[in-house]
Amino acid sequence: MEHALPADEMQLVEALRAGDERVFEQLVRMYQGTLLRVAQMYVSSRSVAEEVVQETWLAVLNGIDRFEGRSSLKTWIFHILANRAKTRAQREGRTIPFSSLGDSEPAVQPDRFAGGHWAAFPDDWPEERLLGDETMRVIERAIEGLPPTQQAVITLRDVQGWTAEDVRNALELSETNQRVLLHRARSKVRRSLEEYLVEDA
Amino acid sequence: MTETAMEISCQELVELVTDYLEGALAPEDQDRFDSHIAACDGCRRYLEQIRVTVTLSGRLSPEQLDPAAQAALLQAFRNWKGERK
Repeated sequence: MEHALPADEMQLVEALRAGDERVFEQLVRMYQGTLLRVAQMYVSSRSVAEEVVQETWLAVLNGIDRFEGRSSLKTWIFHILANRAKTRAQREGRTIPFSSLGDSEPAVQPDRFAGGHWAAFPDDWPEERLLGDETMRVIERAIEGLPPTQQAVITLRDVQGWTAEDVRNALELSETNQRVLLHRARSKVRRSLEEYLVEDA
Repeated sequence: MTETAMEISCQELVELVTDYLEGALAPEDQDRFDSHIAACDGCRRYLEQIRVTVTLSGRLSPEQLDPAAQAALLQAFRNWKGERK
């Protein structure tokens, strides 16, 4: 367990307390997209999610003097978001979605196997096409098409590069559920890539 | 139980890939995974494709804030700062 914040993060906190606007903008740039994606797991619409995120930033500013650095700044911000979003979801009469892991499709379509083994090996991905700009759009669309909980987990883990522990803390997930959600999300994004990259997939 | 009875199939392996990459497999499953992967080109390729998927996802740029929301946030920041003085 780490108790002390890295020096650069404590500097961010100090700068924020001192009212440094550029530091605030930097934080917003860093986390806004992810906050929105996580908020959308809880509430019904994009516009409500935007409100929740806006409220979160205000709560961050109003609470920054009380921030003690027992968790990372990032985890603290996402905790605030999760609490606000849950309150909002309850007011909307929505159930909190984490009991649900989304769908439970297999990672690879069963007809790709014969007797448990590959009927035909997965096709090679042509490098030229793989490194093209369109590939990034395919990934983006694939992530956007995932159920909200899977979307949040893959965004934090793979797009933002968070550790499993940070994701579990921010989203209040068990170790197993974090992995199940990540697994379903990655499998589906891989499948979308395959469909795009392999002509006759 | 014989060795063969404990082997995992390709279809099972693709469902264990995330646990494998997360280091969450039990030691005996880890061994089965490793020996399968060493012998199976198809599963090696699959695992590699999952790794590529993860790497490329990390190159996506996070969604940017629209200018109106940005302006509203900065205004809120300035108000907050003003009240602190």
